[in-house]
Amino acid sequence: MRIGVFVCHCGSNIAGTVDCPRVVEAARGFPHVVYATDYTYLCAESGQDLIKTAIQEYSLDRVVVSSCSPKMHEETFRRAARQAGLNPYLVEMANIREQCSWIHSDKEAATRKAIDLVRKGVFKVSRDQELFPSFFKVNKDVLVIGGGIAGIQAALDAAQGGHRVTLVEKDQTIGGNMARLDKTFPTLDCSSCILTPRMVDVAVNESIELLAYHEVEEVKGYVGNFDVKIRRKATYVDWSKCTGCEECVGKCPARIYDKFNQGLGRTKAISLPFPQAVPKKVTIKKDFCHFFLKGKCRVCEKVCQFEAINFDDQDQIIERKVGAIVVATGYEAFDPIAYLEYGFGKYKDVITSLQYERMVSASGPTMGHIKRPSDGEEPKTIVFISCVGSRDRAKGRSYCSVACCMAMAKQAILTKEHIPDSTSYLFYIDIRAGGKGYEEFVDRAREEYGAQYVRGRVSKIYQKGKKLVVKGTDTLLGMPIEIEADLVVLAVGIAPPQDAPELAQKLNISYDQYGFFVESHPKLRPVETNTTGVFLAGACQAPMDIPASVAQGSAAAAKALGLLAKDELEASPIVASVEIKRCVGCFKCEAVCPFSAIQRQELRDGIMVSNVISTVCKGCGLCGVACPTGAIKVNGFTDEQILAEMEALLL
Amino acid sequence: MTIKYAYYPGCSLESLAREYNVSTRLVCQDLDIELVEIPDWNCCGAAPACQVDHMLSSALSARNLALAESFKLNVMAPCPKCFNRLKEADLEMKDNPDHLREINNLLEKPYHKGVQVKSLLQVLYQDVDRELISCRVKIPLEGLRVACYYGCMNARPADINDFQNPEDPTSMEEILAPLGAELVDYPLKTYCCGAAFGLARVDLVLRLANELLEMATLVGADVIAVACPLCQQNLDLRQLQVNARYGTRYNIPILYLTQLMGLAFGHSSKELWLDKHFVKFRKLPGATQAVSSGAR
Amino acid sequence: MRLKGQTRTVDREFVAEVESEIDTAVAACYQCGKCTADCPLSFSFDYTPNQILRLMQLGQKEMVLRSESLWYCATCYTCTIRCPKEIDIAKLMSVLLIKARQEGYVADHKIRLAQETFVNSVARYGRIFEAGLVGTYNLKSGDLFNNADIGPRLLATGKLRFLPHRIKGRREIRKIFDRLRSSRKGKR
Ligand SMILES: Cc1cc2nc3c(=O)[nH]c(=O)nc-3n(C[C@H](O)[C@H](O)[C@H](O)COP(=O)(O)OP(=O)(O)OC[C@H]3O[C@@H](n4cnc5c(N)ncnc54)[C@H](O)[C@@H]3O)c2cc1C
Ligand code: SF4
Ligand code: SF4
Ligand code: SF4
Ligand code: SF4
Repeated sequence: MRIGVFVCHCGSNIAGTVDCPRVVEAARGFPHVVYATDYTYLCAESGQDLIKTAIQEYSLDRVVVSSCSPKMHEETFRRAARQAGLNPYLVEMANIREQCSWIHSDKEAATRKAIDLVRKGVFKVSRDQELFPSFFKVNKDVLVIGGGIAGIQAALDAAQGGHRVTLVEKDQTIGGNMARLDKTFPTLDCSSCILTPRMVDVAVNESIELLAYHEVEEVKGYVGNFDVKIRRKATYVDWSKCTGCEECVGKCPARIYDKFNQGLGRTKAISLPFPQAVPKKVTIKKDFCHFFLKGKCRVCEKVCQFEAINFDDQDQIIERKVGAIVVATGYEAFDPIAYLEYGFGKYKDVITSLQYERMVSASGPTMGHIKRPSDGEEPKTIVFISCVGSRDRAKGRSYCSVACCMAMAKQAILTKEHIPDSTSYLFYIDIRAGGKGYEEFVDRAREEYGAQYVRGRVSKIYQKGKKLVVKGTDTLLGMPIEIEADLVVLAVGIAPPQDAPELAQKLNISYDQYGFFVESHPKLRPVETNTTGVFLAGACQAPMDIPASVAQGSAAAAKALGLLAKDELEASPIVASVEIKRCVGCFKCEAVCPFSAIQRQELRDGIMVSNVISTVCKGCGLCGVACPTGAIKVNGFTDEQILAEMEALLL
Repeated sequence: MTIKYAYYPGCSLESLAREYNVSTRLVCQDLDIELVEIPDWNCCGAAPACQVDHMLSSALSARNLALAESFKLNVMAPCPKCFNRLKEADLEMKDNPDHLREINNLLEKPYHKGVQVKSLLQVLYQDVDRELISCRVKIPLEGLRVACYYGCMNARPADINDFQNPEDPTSMEEILAPLGAELVDYPLKTYCCGAAFGLARVDLVLRLANELLEMATLVGADVIAVACPLCQQNLDLRQLQVNARYGTRYNIPILYLTQLMGLAFGHSSKELWLDKHFVKFRKLPGATQAVSSGAR
Repeated sequence: MRLKGQTRTVDREFVAEVESEIDTAVAACYQCGKCTADCPLSFSFDYTPNQILRLMQLGQKEMVLRSESLWYCATCYTCTIRCPKEIDIAKLMSVLLIKARQEGYVADHKIRLAQETFVNSVARYGRIFEAGLVGTYNLKSGDLFNNADIGPRLLATGKLRFLPHRIKGRREIRKIFDRLRSSRKGKR
C-alpha cells in the first residue's frame, strides 16, 4: 500500500493557525505513507496537478487530502484522482480548516489536532476499497409547484427547453400574489398588463399541463425518477364545460370572505377570483355553499346553460413521473393581528398593504377608488407603517421582508395620483432600496409626490372620533409625533405559506425557523436544495420582489434543464448494502430509513430479508446503526473503517 | 366554596382609598371570598423605595410575604402598585437563590417562597364564576356607560400581569359585564396617569389626567371604573385642578370597580363611601330610589 | 470617540455594568423609536428613551446620568412591551436612576425629595403617613401651597389620619434599613 498525504495551507486560512510543514513531517511517519507534502492552494489547478503528478510519480494507490470540508471540494479531489488513474473512492479528506484552524487560536494545539486528523484520514484510507458508481435512466419531465410569477417563469422556460411540464397550483388560478398588485415598482407598470400575457402563455403552451386547484399529496423516488401523487380538489364544476361566463356567480346567494381581495369586499360560494383568471373556471367552496350546508339551493345548477355544475364531484388522486421538481410556492402576507397596539381587526380603517393594493386596483372591490372601509369616505391623511411583521424579534420575525419599503413608496405615489390633495406619512426605520432604479424611485416619491417620510416606528394607534390617532416618533428630531389619520396602511411582511413545512417534509427539503425553504448554499447554490433534483424559485426561499422571483424562476429552470440534459445519471456508490447471510429480517432498518430506501425481499426459501434500493439510498447510515446484527452497512463507512479512525484518534 | 386569601390592603387603602378597602371587603364577602388581613403588614415601599434602592424594596415586600406564609395563604392585594412590588419581589426570590438569601439576611423572619401573589382584579377575574356575579346582582346598572380604566400597573409589566394581554386587557370589562352596565370602548385604558409625580410635579400629572378625561368624555362615559387607588385619586381629586388649569368642565365620577359591583349587589352609596369622592356619583339611570334604599 | 463638546470619552465598563442588570446588550437597539412614540412622559424628557439607549450605545455615562428623563420616567412599562428588540427600557431607566442618585446626579430635586420623604416615612412608621408626608414634603421643598387647593376638601372627607399608624414591627423595618446600610458600606 502506498499512501500520499497532501496538506493545504488555504492561504493563511489554515497555515495561519496550523504549522503545515510539521503536519507533513508527522504524516511521513504514519503507516504506509510514502509521500507527503504541503501546498498553498490544493484546490487550484496547480494544486490538483501536484496531486496528479505525485500519484503517477510515486505510484500512490491511496490519497489523503488534508484541507477544508469535504462539502466543498471532495468532488474536486476525487476528480483529480480519477484523472490520474486512481479510483476516486480511495481519496479521503481530513478537514483541518472548519474543524481545526477556523475554530482554534492556539497554534501549537491546533497543529497537534491537525496531525491527529490526518492520522485518522490515513488509517481510514488504508481500509478503503474501490467503489464504482451505477447509472440510471432519467425521466425528462418537470414538475413545478406553485403558479406565481416565479413558477410561471420556471414552467415557461422549462417548456421552451423542450420538456413537458406539469404545473400544480393549489389555488383556482395561477398568478399568485402578483395578480393582486395594482402597479409595480420601480417602473409603475400595471401588474396585470405584464402578468396576464404570461399566464395565458402557460395556458396555451402545449408542453405545459396546468393543474390548478390541485395539491401535491406525496413525493417518492429520487432525482430523475420522482413519483408524484397529486390531489385534484373537487371543484363541483365540470371545467371542460365551464366557460367562465359567471352567470352562476351573480345568482349565488352565499356571500363569503374574499381571499383574492384579502377580505376587502366579499365574494360568492361559487366564484372566479378575478376576470383574467387562468384557467377561467369557477369552483364551489363547499364549506359555504347553501346546498352543501342546508341541502337546498342549487341555483347555480339551474342557471348554468352549459350544465357544468356537478355536486357529486370528488377529490381525485392522479400520478405523474418527473425527473426534476421546481418549488415556487411563494408567500402569504403577514397577518398583523399580533399587533394589538395597531388595532388591526378592531379598527376598520387600519388595513394591510396587500389590501391597499386591491383597493387601488381598478379591478378591485372599490373599482380603484381609495375609500375608508368604515364609512366609504375618501381619506386625506394616510399613514403607512413599515416593517409590520418584519425586523421584529418580539413578534418572532427578525428578518427584513425586502419588498415592502419599495411597495410603500409605490403606494404613496399611487395615493397622490388618486387623491391629489392627500398627504401620506411613511414611518420607516430604514429605507431599503437596493435595486436597480430603486433609490431613484424613492427620491421621486419624496420629491415629486410629496411623500412625508418620518424616521421612527409607530407605537400605538387608537380611534378618536372618526380619526385614528397614530403615535410615532421622529427619531431624527428626537420628538414624539402624533398624526390624526383617516386611513392607516400596515406594510406587512412576506411570510411563508402556513403549509410550507408540510410540503417541505413531503419533498424532503429543509426549511428555516420561519418556514422559508433552505437553499443548498446561500451564495453558490441559491436555487438548489439538499435534495438533488429539487429546486427553489421565488419568495418561498426568502422574501424577494418580482425581478428577483423571475430571475430565480429562470435560474431554477436552467438548473433543471442542465440536470435533465443527460440521459443517465450517476448514482453515488456510497450507499447501504445488505449482507444477506447476516440479515434476520427484523426490518429495524426499514423503520428508521428517512428516504424509504429499504425494500423487503423474499428469498427462495420464503425467508424475508432487507434490500436497499441503491438509487434512493442517500448513504445517511441510520440503518447501519439500527441493525442489530451488522448486516447492513454503508459503503465507504463500514464498521472497520470507522473503528480504524477511532483507533487513530485514541492512539 | 369559600376562597381564602391573606389580604394586603396597603397604605392607600387605609387612608385616601378607604372606600376601595371598604368596598373590596363588602364585595368579597358577597362573593364568598374570605379575606384574612396580614397582621402588622408594612408598606411595600411602592415606587419610591425601588427607585431609591432595589434591595430595600424587595425586603419590604418579603417581610409581608413571610407574614402571609405563616398562615399558609396566598396573598391578594387590591392596589396594583402593591401587587406589583409584592409579586416582583416574590418572582425574583423564587428565580434567584442568591437574591433570596441576601433578602432573608435583612429580615428577622425569613421567607420560604411559599406563597403566590394575586391582584384583586386577578382574583375577581380568575377565581370568581361570572355566574356567581350575575346571581348577586340586585340592581342592574342598566344604562350606565362605564369606561374601564386599568392604568399602567393593572396591565403591565407582562410577567407580573400574566393573566391578561398587556396590550388589550379585558378582565375589568368581563367582571363588570354581568352587572348590566354598558361598557364603552376606552382607547386609553392602559395609559399611565402619572400618579407617581402627584407630590413633586403636579403639572405632569394634570396633563395626563386631562387627556384621560377628555377621551372619557369623547366616548360618552358616565363613569370611569378603576382598580387602582392612585388612578382614582388622580382622576377624582385632581379633576378640579385639571378644570382649573385647562378651562375644562369635566364632571366624571371615578369609581372603584368594587364600588360599582357593590351598587349592583344592592349596597347603599353610604356603605360604599361613594359620598367621599370629590366628583359625586349621582346618576344611576332608572334605579335612583333603589340606590338609596339598597341597604340590607 | 468623542462627542462634540463632551470632555469624557466612552465608558464601556459602565455600559457593561448596566447591561448585566437589564440582561440585554444595548447594541440590540436599532433606534426605531417605538419606545419613545407612546411614552406618556417623553414630552418632559430631555433625552427620549431611544436617545438614552443611543447614549448608552456610545458609552456616554455622564450625559445619561445627568439626564432629567430618568427622573420623569413613570416606570409604566409602555416602552418595554412595545420594543421590537425585547429591551426592558423601563428597567433600564430605573437602574440608571438608582445609579444617578448614587453618583450624586440629581436632575430634579423635588422628585428626589418626594421619593426620599416617602421612604423615610416607611422607615419611621412602617407605613405611609400621608398627611405627614405632604406636610414634610411641602416644608422641605419650600412649596408650601403645593396641592393646597385639594387639601382642605380632602380633610373634609375624613379619610386622612392625623396621626401616623405605627406598626408593631417597626424595629424589624429599621433593621432592614440598618443592615442594608452597613452591607453597602462593607462593599465600598
Ligand atoms: C403589498 C405588496 C406589494 C408589492 N409590490 C411589488 C411591486 O410593486 N413590485 C415588485 O417587484 N414586487 C412587489 N411585491 C412582491 C411580490 O408580490 C413578490 O415578489 C412576488 O409575488 C413573488 O412571487 P412568487 O411567485 O415567488 O410567489 P407568489 O406570488 O406568492 O406565488 C406563489 C403561488 O404558489 C401557490 N402555492 C402556494 N403553496 C402551494 C402549494 N403547497 N401547492 C401548490 N401551489 C402553492 C400560491 O397559491 C401562489 O399562486 C409586493 C408585495 C407586497 C406584499
Ligand atoms: S423592506 Fe423595508 S419595510 Fe420591509 S421589512 Fe425591510 S426595512 Fe422593513
Ligand atoms: S403602593 Fe401605595 S397604596 Fe400600595 S401600600 Fe404602598 S403606599 Fe400604600
Ligand atoms: S423600542 Fe427598543 S429597539 Fe426601538 S428604539 Fe426603543 S429600545 Fe431601541
Ligand atoms: S416606563 Fe418610563 S420611559 Fe418607558 S414609557 Fe413609561 S415613562 Fe416612558
